[in-house]
Amino acid sequence: MTRREWLLSDYPQSRRQARAGQSYRTWLALKSNRLAMVGLWIVLALVAMAIFAPLIAPYDPLIGGDLRLDRLQPPSWEHLMGTDDLARDIFSRVMHGARLTLMVVALVAVIATPIGLTIGTTAGYLGGWVDVVLMRVTDIFLAFPRLILALAFVSALGPGIENAIIAIALTSWPPYARLARAETLTIRDSDFINAARLQGASRLRILWGHVTPLCLSSVIVRVTLDMAGIILTAAGLGFLGLGAQPPQPEWGAMIAGGRRFIIDYWWVATMPGIAIFVVSLGFNLLGDGLRDVLDPKAVK
Amino acid sequence: MAEFAPKVGGRGSALSFWLWKAVKLVLTVAVTFLGLLLITFLISHVMSVDPVLRVVGDRASQSTYDAMYLQMGLDKPIWQQFWIYLQKVLSGDFGNSFLTKKPVMGDIARAFPATLELATVAILIGTLVGVPVGVWSAVKAGKAFDQIVRVLGLVGYSAPIFWLGLLGLLVFYANLQWVAGPGRIDIAYEYSFTSVTGLMLLDTAMQGEWAAFGNAFSHIILPASLLGYFSMAYISRMTRSFMLAELAQEYVTTARVKGVPEWRIIWVHALKNAAVPLVTVVALSYAGLLEGSVLTETVFAWPGLGLYLTNSLQVADMNAVLGGTLVIGAIFVGLNLLSDLLYSLLDPRVRRRVRK
Amino acid sequence: MSLLEVEDLRISFPTRQGPVEVVRGVTFSLGRERLGIVGESGSGKSQTGRAILGLTPPPGKATAKRLEFDGIDLRDASAARWRSLRGIRLSMVMQDPKFSLNPVMTIGRQLIEAARRTSSRSESKDRAMAMLEAVQIRDPARVFKAYPHELSGGMGQRAMIAMMLITEPDLLIADEPTSALDVTVQIEVLRILDRLVNERGMGLIFISHDLRLVSSFCDRVLVMYAGQVVEEVKASELKQAQHPYTQGLYNCLPRIEGGQRPLPVLQREAGWAV
Repeated sequence: MTRREWLLSDYPQSRRQARAGQSYRTWLALKSNRLAMVGLWIVLALVAMAIFAPLIAPYDPLIGGDLRLDRLQPPSWEHLMGTDDLARDIFSRVMHGARLTLMVVALVAVIATPIGLTIGTTAGYLGGWVDVVLMRVTDIFLAFPRLILALAFVSALGPGIENAIIAIALTSWPPYARLARAETLTIRDSDFINAARLQGASRLRILWGHVTPLCLSSVIVRVTLDMAGIILTAAGLGFLGLGAQPPQPEWGAMIAGGRRFIIDYWWVATMPGIAIFVVSLGFNLLGDGLRDVLDPKAVK
Repeated sequence: MAEFAPKVGGRGSALSFWLWKAVKLVLTVAVTFLGLLLITFLISHVMSVDPVLRVVGDRASQSTYDAMYLQMGLDKPIWQQFWIYLQKVLSGDFGNSFLTKKPVMGDIARAFPATLELATVAILIGTLVGVPVGVWSAVKAGKAFDQIVRVLGLVGYSAPIFWLGLLGLLVFYANLQWVAGPGRIDIAYEYSFTSVTGLMLLDTAMQGEWAAFGNAFSHIILPASLLGYFSMAYISRMTRSFMLAELAQEYVTTARVKGVPEWRIIWVHALKNAAVPLVTVVALSYAGLLEGSVLTETVFAWPGLGLYLTNSLQVADMNAVLGGTLVIGAIFVGLNLLSDLLYSLLDPRVRRRVRK
Repeated sequence: MSLLEVEDLRISFPTRQGPVEVVRGVTFSLGRERLGIVGESGSGKSQTGRAILGLTPPPGKATAKRLEFDGIDLRDASAARWRSLRGIRLSMVMQDPKFSLNPVMTIGRQLIEAARRTSSRSESKDRAMAMLEAVQIRDPARVFKAYPHELSGGMGQRAMIAMMLITEPDLLIADEPTSALDVTVQIEVLRILDRLVNERGMGLIFISHDLRLVSSFCDRVLVMYAGQVVEEVKASELKQAQHPYTQGLYNCLPRIEGGQRPLPVLQREAGWAV
């Protein structure tokens, strides 16, 4: 039996085989979606760029060349994306910027997912006034446009990339809480939860041991779908000077830096913009494909 | 044969249904608004590193600092501070802006029409293009048209709006000179009409100042198209998925059996049904434009709420930032409410529903 | 002369494992009579009905050696030709008025839309009202203004029948017209349908899973199984049916008199589906 046959078997022998087979089928469906594969490659390229930035980048991202000779040079073989007003190589800065972008996305996901998951499952499982209060809070957070609330948070916390990450995370969790709650409501009254309850499992145990793991996958998918939005929000904060501070090579801040010369030296602002665009397009394409695969209703 | 009588509700029960709905709405809005206030309060009074330092600056003497500390009421218990904050905000007092030295409320009132005008033109573009495009890509699902629209939509979702704005200025203003540059109107036209509504397109048109109207139009068209493109991406995508669901319904088959022409099935039968949830989508993207306007206005030097907010942010002007945030949050809530009401007006199933 | 000729009708749907035929060579002809098509769900009876109207849902494909309505070849009919037939000469009543009526249009508008195919704007409203009366709706003016969700199931189905018969078509396909209704209302609706079909002398194809209902209501019955017609009998001779599937279906019906224990269960044989 080949591995493929083992994976696609209609009669899985173990839970592990069934689960592996399920993931394999999802993968096959995803693989047949050309746009999603383009997205996946872009995301992988981003990760590779972030890991190998010092190796790929031909110049130092922070220290520029000769200010008299190398400032604001147009793209050439020497400087693939040209240089900025401090004679720094934009290509090198964009490569290193991938690290910042990836860090923002990863940290926001790591902070916002548990918040949303905890609030959502707790509200859904306990119900009653706990549910009312938690969902009211969620709705209130949803009542602010995300970027605006993030702006308000950053204005209180002070600019900087850490604060930007906290602000974005604080404004990202409400949709996850909604989703986790909806999932919990469908799980809550199922027989195996009742069985666990009858065996004397505590509420906390049921919540953490049974309900949360089941909600996890759909919340994670949702977070993946949101990643492009996170990148754009972070770039927006950077552009407004509230995210990463100079001289850090954050893409949004780089666009802001090049804004003054846009008419004469278009590449300074254009290149980092292309990077943001390509990466968030990659996440969007991947997310779109994932949604098609995982939500059969959306297929057509 | 009583069961054959149509179940049309009487006038009285319909009225009480509306009353009940209104009370519930008012309560929800009140709680939400209180929550908005609580969040902005927490941001300004609790999360903020040192609100006093913000006001007096770090060179102030200890006595100035202490005086300001007392003046700001920071010695009082937190719930009392919130109560004071609440009273102030509800009476329309957001404090003075550190930047303009004027009351924040007045600043916001002056900036608001610019944002309103920009967002309205944008949503018009987004809806008038997005809905037909979405309908057509549902009809042609999977075909070339649908694929192209899908990719264009994803591009809309993925490009940073401030970057597109800069490129737009570079190409259409600096190079091609098709449109006017940043700002709402050229100085030459600024005093050729009186501001009545604050919406320049409306004011100039009403006063017959067509040259000024043309100038204002060439200023607004680029930022509005950009914002419109973003809402179009969302609106067309949602329209497509609603239409796909409707076109698969049995009543569509009924219409085909009746020999209703295909265009009528699509644009009347199915779209009328899809329009019900679409109203919510349009209202939400209108609200979403407020978000997009912050970055767009910054790029286009558009003197609206967004620019006011970012300018205040640059100098850490807390009163102005929170005032702006609160107003935008309130508009957001209002639009959500409006979409709810419109939903009930459009859907006969909700409109005439009698309480069980 | 026969109204409808169907020969070797095949309907297939593409799937990942290749095309699957859900109707496999159905042949029958129909005059101005009442023909019942009986079968269990998935037997292809509904798809057969829809194919006659050219409404096989994409990506399905219907092919036939012959598909003629009143001498008109329907096989490669243009969209315009279909439009000239549907609603005017061919019509269909569907299963559940909850889904088959447009929820955001009043009954009146939907009726007039159908009536406009053959009559002028001014006549349409009168015809619609007359038709609502003809399906024994007591308060036509009220129903005319009502939205579908404001009507009961039986009432909705009457409105549906009114809408489909308003242009006096030559052939009506009724696809499980009473399955979604309460038992008490079923008979009412059937009686109305029966009377109108008789009065107007139209052909009727009555699609149902209910063998007894069909036999009491039709002249002839086609029994379908797995996409094929396994038997064609006169309704009066159903008891003498030859095919074991038909016999099985017939014997499965529980009877009030003479309690049979255990209840008979249909025993399938793989050979029927070949």
